[in-house]
Amino acid sequence: MLQKEIPMSSLRFTTEHEWIRLEGDLAVVGITDYAQSQLGDVVYVELPEIGRQVEKGKEAAVVESVKAASEVYAPASGEVAEVNEAIAADPAKVNADPMGEGWFIKLRLADPKELDGLLDEEAYKRFVEGQH
Amino acid sequence: MSDWSRAASAHPAEDLALSVETLSGNRGLQIEEKLIFEQDSWGHCGVDLPEPAPFRSRLGGLDRQGAIGLPGLSEPQVVRHFTRLSQKNYAIDSGLYPLGSCTMKHNPRLNEKLARLPGLADIHPLQPISTVPGALELIDTLAHWLKTLTGMPAIALSPAAGAHGELCGIMSIRAALEARGDRRSRVLVPESAHGTNPATAAACGYTVDQIPANVGGRVDRAALEAKLGTDVAALMLTNPNTCGLFENEILDIAAAVHATGAFFYCDGANFNAIVGRVRPADLGIDCMHLNLHKTFSTPHGGGGPGSGPVALGASLAPYAPLPWLVHGEEGLELIEHRTGPAERALGRLKGFHGQMGMFVRALAYMMSHGADGLRQVAEDAVLNANYLRACLQGDLSGPFPGYCMHEVLFDDRFLKDTGVTTLDFAKALIDEGYHPMTMYFPLIVHGALLIEPTETESKASLDQFVTVVKALASAARSGDTARFHAAPIRTPRRRLDETAAARNPVLRWRPEPLRQHAAE
Amino acid sequence: MRYLPLTERDRAEMLGAVGVDSIEALFTDVPDAARLDEPVDLPTAKGEIEVERLISRMAARNVAAGSVPFFVGGGLYRHHIPAAVDHLIQRGEFLTSYTPYQPEVSQGTLQYLFEFQTQVALLTGMEVANASLYDGATACAEAAMMANRVTGRRKAVLSGGVHPHYREVCETYARFVGFELLAQDPAPGGGENLAGLVDHDTSCVVVQNPDFYGEARDFSELARICHDAGALLVIVVTEILSLGAIRPPGEMGADIVAAEGQSLGNALNFGGPHVGLFATRDKFVRQMPGRLVGQTVDVAGRRGWVLTLSTREQHIRRDKATSNICTNSGLCALAFAIHLALLGEAGLRRLARLNHAAAVALAERLGRIPGVNLVNRTLFNEFVLQLPRPAAEIVEALAVKGVLAGIPVSRFYPDRKELANLLLVAATEMVITEDMDRLEQGLREILS
Repeated sequence: MLQKEIPMSSLRFTTEHEWIRLEGDLAVVGITDYAQSQLGDVVYVELPEIGRQVEKGKEAAVVESVKAASEVYAPASGEVAEVNEAIAADPAKVNADPMGEGWFIKLRLADPKELDGLLDEEAYKRFVEGQH
Repeated sequence: MSDWSRAASAHPAEDLALSVETLSGNRGLQIEEKLIFEQDSWGHCGVDLPEPAPFRSRLGGLDRQGAIGLPGLSEPQVVRHFTRLSQKNYAIDSGLYPLGSCTMKHNPRLNEKLARLPGLADIHPLQPISTVPGALELIDTLAHWLKTLTGMPAIALSPAAGAHGELCGIMSIRAALEARGDRRSRVLVPESAHGTNPATAAACGYTVDQIPANVGGRVDRAALEAKLGTDVAALMLTNPNTCGLFENEILDIAAAVHATGAFFYCDGANFNAIVGRVRPADLGIDCMHLNLHKTFSTPHGGGGPGSGPVALGASLAPYAPLPWLVHGEEGLELIEHRTGPAERALGRLKGFHGQMGMFVRALAYMMSHGADGLRQVAEDAVLNANYLRACLQGDLSGPFPGYCMHEVLFDDRFLKDTGVTTLDFAKALIDEGYHPMTMYFPLIVHGALLIEPTETESKASLDQFVTVVKALASAARSGDTARFHAAPIRTPRRRLDETAAARNPVLRWRPEPLRQHAAE
Repeated sequence: MRYLPLTERDRAEMLGAVGVDSIEALFTDVPDAARLDEPVDLPTAKGEIEVERLISRMAARNVAAGSVPFFVGGGLYRHHIPAAVDHLIQRGEFLTSYTPYQPEVSQGTLQYLFEFQTQVALLTGMEVANASLYDGATACAEAAMMANRVTGRRKAVLSGGVHPHYREVCETYARFVGFELLAQDPAPGGGENLAGLVDHDTSCVVVQNPDFYGEARDFSELARICHDAGALLVIVVTEILSLGAIRPPGEMGADIVAAEGQSLGNALNFGGPHVGLFATRDKFVRQMPGRLVGQTVDVAGRRGWVLTLSTREQHIRRDKATSNICTNSGLCALAFAIHLALLGEAGLRRLARLNHAAAVALAERLGRIPGVNLVNRTLFNEFVLQLPRPAAEIVEALAVKGVLAGIPVSRFYPDRKELANLLLVAATEMVITEDMDRLEQGLREILS
């Protein structure tokens, strides 16, 4: 399966294991490979309604595996512009391609500067290593 | 010790026998049994009932039309069906059930006999109270035993299970706080707590703050005291805790909790370790639920029914849920409404009076043991667990030093670099004829294995278990991973796909759609 | 002591293996102030003979339902339980097994629960059911809370026809879990305007069918009104046997059914343990509380069952759980399943007809007594009589005559004088003509 080229410059991570990257005038949000491996097989996702306002650090979606249920927090504030129905229909996509086809939502950001406070890829890698 | 672990490969004929499928799919006493809906038996009946004489219906035209879809079977078919199902279950009656914090002790059959006496089973909670004095006497006697064992002045008997009892306790605490005009928003719960604790607190509108454990496996007192404040309603502690350890700083903790005006709730799941030897009231506890289906031997029944009475201190007693049984001027009185002494009672948490069937069983159990026997129960429970710890500590890895109480905790460090997980280890134990211990709980150690033998295991039983566990640990370390990854192979079903079950839930049988007519 | 296998010799050997001199060394963490050096002040151990004598004596002081003419209902019903039920549930593999968390060695429990879930769905006319809750009253409260979650609203309307204990449990949960409960006044004879109470803040309307007074109704219109306002209809059933005769909630547009299953397989037991039934529509399944059994396959491709959708439950979601429920009512659910398997469709319908016939006959006979009026327009196996005097004293007087005549409604509503003369009477297949004779005769005597 082809992984999309992810523009390194805009990809950011949170300490709750979400990622966010800019795509045109929207921001795409998902959970990281580490998160999906910790969860195990994803069985269900709960996606927000289009148009809903989400707040940075607050719950935007829910992801469930057989052994755990986890909130997916919004890395930045904004309005939900799109949701990924494909993962609702086939939750296994979240495990197979968490950084690409397993995306959760696309936001219209309230304040793009909120991304500056998040971890870049290097910092996130170090954070994950520190978890062990 | 005989080298039974290699016995199978020394007998190739056995291997062959195991790999050849039978013609029917049955395997000796293990029968493949379809659902009752799949036995192609409709319209029959296993109960002979007379047909009523013709009468004028008063259902107001609401008669049920169309088939319900239930199958019809004779008594022999039904008995065979459920007998075959029972034969696929492990049970305490079959063997050691080392589930931590579940207290899988023997279920005495005297309890079953007495619970079925017509004078106890065939009475209705709403028949005139004057016709059931013996029932009130039995409940009162049970209450007396539980109050004496806990040292608490009151006991709420209506909660239907442990989690229900927790809800009762937290609701009583909130009612007491509201009565004194004190709205608090937080409840403190150790990280090692059972999931029902935070779920209960959250259900009652509290935010849950978790307290970490210290290196000794007890709750970190400094962290706890730092989180105490005038907005904390209660601390919910399990004692002994879910690592099988007695919270040795409990008196200081109770004092700190009370100093801030908060309440001290104790989850009594592990009461088996201290029953008859320690009274929770003497530990500063305000409120504790008991599990009659754990400490007091009422049967687990495949997942219920249980009973979760809540012992209450003087400050919470006025808020106990209805109904109340009190000693009135003319004897025992059942108070079903908020009147008299029950003015400030919490309302009802359950229909009717409580799990009377479990009260009878628990009382028979307590009377059989007596004060001296119950004390012996705690001692033997603690001894059995420490004996397992002493025998296994060389082969398994224990996270916390020192003796344990009625259950012993190991983690998965002994499986490091073997390619065998706690889950795999447990599944291999199933093939050896044992139900696994509790796994992955408490969450504060990695790959937890929590073993509670209870006092009703003989030394011989424990020795057999030790032999098997040691051999499995040895097998894991010597690279015999196939045994673990494939396990269990000798059970009615092997590992089941839980992911598929959750992704595409099939939660009931449905009839096959009728074949399409050719013309369509 | 007969239940404790360790001998003194065992204990000595084991203490040696542990490396301590006495058991006291294993209790050193207990603070001195809390240590009990002597057994508590309770009787000492007793053998079976003595325990049996003591408890039998308590049992003998009670009037067992089977020993007298018996007409007590009010949410729990005395039915015949086939002998096979009690024998099967006492098989050790059912009685003494635990929750089926290790599915490979629990297929017996998982299969019967899957069958039970199917039976409950079929009976109630709904799409999916769980593996049981504690009882009907807690199921009712859970239904209201589930409706809140599904609709995102926090106001539940509760009919005055719902069992008073169920209402009281809902009130307790509403107060502490934090939602509004508009509990209507008791309504014997009907006359409520529930539709008028439904607005866009309503999460659900909860009704009971047959209601607490035995009246059966069609709630299809109310269902439409609820759905138009974005609310759910919850139908409570306290006499599950009624579904062998009456149109089920699923065919009336119910979204959630909360019921008591005691009538099938479970004795009265003075109020517990019983079995709560809970059913809903497929689209709401992830908001349903309690345990669920799902079908799957094992690694060898054979069909089997597992507990599923457990991420809704407390042990995984912890403070985000849909409810704090841990236990279902396992053995009581099994008894229900076995009884219903024995009855089958034909037997269930015949048993329901027997109940209805008995109640119709009794209502007619008692309604002809001067001063006694039948309140019900419809009924299944329970009805309300309006007496010329307070029912409580009449019930006591009849008890003295050896007849358990029913329940005075004032027992549930002691403050409502307008209900004081109402008597709730149930008649099941266990009632014989002689019983009815004695009740009628006793009532005539007392009222004359």
